[in-house]
Amino acid sequence: MTNTGSPVSAPPVKQGGAAPRHKHVSSREDRRRERRSRWYQRDVRWSPYGFVAPFFLFFGAFSLFPLLYTGWASLHKVSLTAPTDMEWAGLHNFTRLLEDDFFWNALRNTFSIGIISTVPQLLIALGLAHLLNYKLRGATFYRVAMLAPYATSVAAATLVFVVLFGRDYGMINWFLGFVGLDPVNWHEGMTSHFAISAIVIWRWTGYNTLIYLAAMQAVPKDLYESAALDGASRWQQFVHVTIPALRPTILFTVVVSTIGATQLFGEPLLFNPGGGANGGPAHQYQTLGLYLYEQGWVNLHLGRASAIAWMMFLILVLIALVNWLISRGMQKRELGRKTARRRS
Amino acid sequence: MRKTRTTRRAVAVMAAAAIGTSLLAGCASDDDSGEKAGGTDSKGKTVITVGLFGTFGFQEAGLYEEYEKLNPKVKIEQSVVERNENYYPQLLTRLASNSGLADIQGIEVANIAEVVQTQADKFTDLSKAGGVSEDDYFDWKWNQATTADGKTIGLGTDIGPMAICYRKDHFEAAGLPTDRDEVGKLWEGDWQKYLDTGKKFMDSAPKGVKWVDSASGLYNAAISSSATRYYDEQGEVVYKTNPDVKEAWDVAAKAASEDMTDKHELFTDSWNKAMNNGTFATLSCPAWMLGYIQDKGGEKAEDKWDVAPAPKAGNWGGSFLGVPESGKNKEEAIKLAAWLTAPTQQAKLFAERGSFPSAPKSYETPEVAEATHEYFSDAPIGEIFSKAAEGIPTQVIGPKDQVIQENLTRSGLLQMERSGLSSDKAWEEATKAVDNALDE
Repeated sequence: MTNTGSPVSAPPVKQGGAAPRHKHVSSREDRRRERRSRWYQRDVRWSPYGFVAPFFLFFGAFSLFPLLYTGWASLHKVSLTAPTDMEWAGLHNFTRLLEDDFFWNALRNTFSIGIISTVPQLLIALGLAHLLNYKLRGATFYRVAMLAPYATSVAAATLVFVVLFGRDYGMINWFLGFVGLDPVNWHEGMTSHFAISAIVIWRWTGYNTLIYLAAMQAVPKDLYESAALDGASRWQQFVHVTIPALRPTILFTVVVSTIGATQLFGEPLLFNPGGGANGGPAHQYQTLGLYLYEQGWVNLHLGRASAIAWMMFLILVLIALVNWLISRGMQKRELGRKTARRRS
Repeated sequence: MRKTRTTRRAVAVMAAAAIGTSLLAGCASDDDSGEKAGGTDSKGKTVITVGLFGTFGFQEAGLYEEYEKLNPKVKIEQSVVERNENYYPQLLTRLASNSGLADIQGIEVANIAEVVQTQADKFTDLSKAGGVSEDDYFDWKWNQATTADGKTIGLGTDIGPMAICYRKDHFEAAGLPTDRDEVGKLWEGDWQKYLDTGKKFMDSAPKGVKWVDSASGLYNAAISSSATRYYDEQGEVVYKTNPDVKEAWDVAAKAASEDMTDKHELFTDSWNKAMNNGTFATLSCPAWMLGYIQDKGGEKAEDKWDVAPAPKAGNWGGSFLGVPESGKNKEEAIKLAAWLTAPTQQAKLFAERGSFPSAPKSYETPEVAEATHEYFSDAPIGEIFSKAAEGIPTQVIGPKDQVIQENLTRSGLLQMERSGLSSDKAWEEATKAVDNALDE
């Protein structure tokens, strides 16, 4: 980079004994070159910013500005009936959340549904990716099929699951009755968490599978060969070769899934179509996203809704921080192990 | 190292996809970002836009067509949001930003008090509009859309006078009379009598059939027939101490605790299916509910339903049309709104769509007076609902009526039915939810 801008090969003029006439021409040529090189320099330096600018413009308009504005609104008493009419409330909207039973209930539900949906989802995805990584007939078909649920809209998927999990006329309960079991009330307490998690798992497993599969295909084959030579079984290969190689990918999917789980909204809202945003009569499956929606768009309290939105953001920052610490710890351990191995 | 590169690439691909979709979303949202109020089309006609929710039925009843024929220079364009709970917040944001509003906007009765109190300056005064006469409407309907200083921001379309829909086959099986006059006499004047009849019914009811669809529906009906609800005349929230609320709650709670309800949440799928399967014998029936029952009940329930007068007259539902101040075609819009809500058109709308007129003048027209409903055993619905409409009490309404009512029923009564809470415990849970919802 340092000398890209100086392709001047002519010797410095002062020292040379060239004729003055020549000097004049060459200096003009020089200047032109210099100018061109300066342009080039600028191009190299600034163009990348130009190329990424559209993203940041969109980010600014649709993410950063709303984020900051929501922060500002969260410090005020604002109603949707007069959104521009803000009354300063300080941190009241945040402190009240500490004593707000409905907020804590929503937080608990969010975590509960989040764990029930994320953990099985990623484990199943890992297993499926491993299976798809074998030589299969019609591999492309399976891969496309995997992605089909992801391409389905939340609304469509949820409405289908609502039919499955119906209380009185649901297909699952019909089937349970058919084999002589008691019907399950899929809308009650923890059972509803399992039902909603089923929707999330169904939609996102294929997506994660493909990410894992892509990462698995990048694992050098010779590692498996040498492992096989050492007498490792398929399972041992999976545990000792595949999983360690996939570690960064797994971390990535964990982060993305956690973000998704924290913002869970569409599934619990549509789980009870026509039933409002309270997440069931006892608020038993009201997530943070749903509580935010209820406060903002049903009760019309924009300030309170904004405070919930910011709490969600802070929770995500916290989760990201924990993730970062874990991944750093993992890297350090890895490094330590490598140097230890080299020493021995 | 290779792993991180693939991850990075995955991130890059995803980022690209995210931008792509957000761009697409950006383009797509152009189509429905607002009703592009008014203006003229390429043929020089004045375009009046009408923004509604649910099923007002103007278009289906051919009223727009008729108006366009009467006024060849006018073209009407309608846009509808299916559910008011999605429509209303959108209307509020558009009023606040003064963009995307239609020339005429529908307003539900549940929101009218809030709109009158907070958005009156954004709407045109319709009380002096040509062809509009206060005397055409019920006083209470007119006053609901009128501010304290006499500005009327909405013209009444329909109202929801209430009756009770009942299944003749179940009544017969339980040894109750099936003739609608006799049925009406069973509970005339008192919700308590309605419960007593229910008890009799439950003693010899067909297996799997409950007396009433839900405690929530029963509560809605009972509270709609009382003069006061959640606010007092000064606009203070008094629902916790109002004896009328307590009375309505007790009626519904008793039905729930004695297992007379089919435990449904209104307007959900299981409720719809139960109408088809006939797992309850009675249902509170505002005039607009008849079409709903017919739609959900289908052929399976044909000839089984009938309509009888409710214990007390009450009103559940109804709407208004308002003209936003910022519209480009205000004059034309006012004319159209006045025409659509005039008694003659209301009578037509009732004949075609079953929306009951808020203009009592129309009750003498043959369209209303002689109306019967085939699906409901040819019940004389015009007569039944006219009588109910004239008995509707003038109610004190407030801006947060709907939020209070939804929480009382959805968090309170439904928990009694579904989780077996006691009446006191359910009331406690409900008031906690209401207080949280009201606290700004």
